[in-house]
Amino acid sequence: MLGRTANGLYWMFRYIERAENGARLIDAGLRMSLTRSEATEDDWDGVLQSAGVRELYDEVHDTLTGSDAIDFLLRDRANPSSVMSCIEAGRHNARMVRTALTRETWEATNECWIEMKAMLAKKARPADLPEIIDTIKRRAGLIRGAFHGTMLRNEIFNFSRIGTFIERADNTARILDVKYYVLLPAVAAVGSSMDNVQWESILRSVSAHRAYGWVYDAELRPANIADFLISNGRMPRSLAYCYEKIVSNLGYLAREYRATHAAHGTAEQTLAALRSRSINDIMDQGLHEYLEEFISDNNRLGQEISDGYRFYH
Amino acid sequence: MVKNKGTTPLAFDEMMNADSSPRQPYSTYNEWYASQDRIRLIAKSKEAENIFRKTGITFAVYGHADSSEKLIPFDLIPRIISGREWRKLAQGIEQRVIALNAFLDDIYHKQEIVRAGRIPRELIEKNDAFLPQMIGFRPPGGVYTHIVGTDIVRTGEDQFYVLEDNARTPSGVSYMLENRETMMQMFPELFHQNRVRPVENYPYLLRQSLASLAPPGCSGKPRVAVLTPGIYNSAFYEHAFLADMMGVELVEGSDLRVIDGKVKMRTTRGYEAIDVLYRRVDDDFLDPLTFRPDSALGIPGIMDVYRAGNITIANAPGTGISDDKAIYSYMPEIVEFYTGRKPLLENVPTWRCSEPQSLKYVLEHIEELVIKEVHGSGGYGMLVGPTATRKERAIFAEKLKARPGNYIAQPTLSLSTVPILVNKGIAPRHVDLRPYVLVSDKVQIIPGGLTRVALKAGSLVVNSSQGGGTKDTWVLED
Repeated sequence: MLGRTANGLYWMFRYIERAENGARLIDAGLRMSLTRSEATEDDWDGVLQSAGVRELYDEVHDTLTGSDAIDFLLRDRANPSSVMSCIEAGRHNARMVRTALTRETWEATNECWIEMKAMLAKKARPADLPEIIDTIKRRAGLIRGAFHGTMLRNEIFNFSRIGTFIERADNTARILDVKYYVLLPAVAAVGSSMDNVQWESILRSVSAHRAYGWVYDAELRPANIADFLISNGRMPRSLAYCYEKIVSNLGYLAREYRATHAAHGTAEQTLAALRSRSINDIMDQGLHEYLEEFISDNNRLGQEISDGYRFYH
Repeated sequence: MVKNKGTTPLAFDEMMNADSSPRQPYSTYNEWYASQDRIRLIAKSKEAENIFRKTGITFAVYGHADSSEKLIPFDLIPRIISGREWRKLAQGIEQRVIALNAFLDDIYHKQEIVRAGRIPRELIEKNDAFLPQMIGFRPPGGVYTHIVGTDIVRTGEDQFYVLEDNARTPSGVSYMLENRETMMQMFPELFHQNRVRPVENYPYLLRQSLASLAPPGCSGKPRVAVLTPGIYNSAFYEHAFLADMMGVELVEGSDLRVIDGKVKMRTTRGYEAIDVLYRRVDDDFLDPLTFRPDSALGIPGIMDVYRAGNITIANAPGTGISDDKAIYSYMPEIVEFYTGRKPLLENVPTWRCSEPQSLKYVLEHIEELVIKEVHGSGGYGMLVGPTATRKERAIFAEKLKARPGNYIAQPTLSLSTVPILVNKGIAPRHVDLRPYVLVSDKVQIIPGGLTRVALKAGSLVVNSSQGGGTKDTWVLED
């Protein structure tokens, strides 16, 4: 396979994942603003931070309002991580690697772009937001479904999956990092309604507020939330799950190519660390520091994959 | 602007006789059509459009920044050619393509046709499409034009003309394939009722044809790739489609590099050699070391690899000299010179404006003629005399006088019509035809091709960039 094609697949799936996660973030933000009576600019501040675009927002806007934040996250082309920018970039990459995709996968991606372009042509009215967010999630689901149902399990599949999980791990780690302080036992006024809203919003950002109850219990506890999103190998958006998938897909590539790169060692180390450290251990040593290091290692892994498989050079 | 004047009453309609009975090739189809519900057909037409949009079968129109991807309208009434008509056409096309290759080989070697005084020397040597780098070099198998798209127009029952020989990188073949695919999906019964010759094996034949012309430096199974200028090129969809259907890599210049005397592509495992490159990049951009130094689309040094016999480039660089509009007017002489026979297919009579008496004639008859730029394509830079306004003609006449050598003129042919589906039923529209030809040790003509149709009543401009559409083209087995 061409290095450029591997690169295109990797980024196609990173962008689609980012678009979907963007929709979840907005959903969580909306939910918080509905649940609380007082001004909610702080909540949108957190959402913008989770999306990694807080500073960029300030370059475009003078003040922070819910309506502007939603528009910025949803459809502003000045924001390369807005849902629309991501769908466009994902589709652009898909078009570039068209020959590597099944017709079904390409069509699902193209139709997602066609529908979202029409839906997001104008600033969304608040009343339309639930439908828009649903459509984004549904369209992303259709792409995933076509991909899983029709693609050969070969190197094309592996690069696509690696892109998905590097992006997802990054997004989950960011969501946790922005809110890490509400999860610290020392600071949290445990059981206050304020905390409950914050905690639920974290779970909602990764569509895990229902699943949490099945795995733990009805009561939200910071350590359980962190455990769920970091160490729980059954939670499809947890860091541990993402790294299991990354390691397994890199493993297929290693066998197929009969060669390993720096990326293989890095991914295995990260996975081993995720498996061996208990959540209490992580919390005791500093959740924020842990997440910062994770995000930086995850970025480095992306770079190593790009070097090892000649994405650019 | 091309005005809506209605179809010229004299135009030959390929489906209906003057007495409203169907012509023979259309008789089975016409029965089917008569049994169809018009509303349902119009709904089908919308369905076809959705299939195309969803598949992403689009092209880019240069100069339209915000509408960067457009659909070529598809009309669901097929253009039907009888087996007898096709055999005649195919023989003429084959003769012409053989002559084109012989001409190219001669032009880049002994230039006997120039020595014989049949073509003026300056027409070759002062032509931008003539590449001195090709002099004395013979491509693998002696084939210059691996893929040709011969544009044909029809004006009567037995009257066919060649309008253009596209010998560089003819496009549109993906539409031929997608149109057939769409028709078979929407109206399978039609393919039971009519014996339509298949076109679907084109990608297979193309790959086979390209691989059979691997360079002498190729050991083992030839590795084929399609070279595209990239995602922003107007025909990118087609490049990706063909690579996909052939099962070969779609590469860009930035993927390729000359290493150890071979052209190699950067893969996830390292650099791997390519033996045959089906390039959809113009000559000028192919090699910045040999041609345009500012080209970012090409591969530095590929011409050296080519000349050393380590890669096949299809079509060969420098083939543009054979389909140039000024050379076109000499095609009857060219065919006769190399095949020893009269051309089976006619050329459209052509005035070369570089010749003073022709220029005088053209200026005096501007309202009757179609005037084209020698190097233009896509329907840009042309004047359709009969439908142009007086002002447009006057402006064009000034351009003509300023650079006469830049133009040729042809009579406005009364192109044949085939009906298209409109809201009220069917209405005749002018069409042309581009069959696709593959050249290796043999000449293969795909039975069918791309029928382009002017969607505006009376318009003679079929180019997709100027509002033309396409039709599925059937060649019947008979």
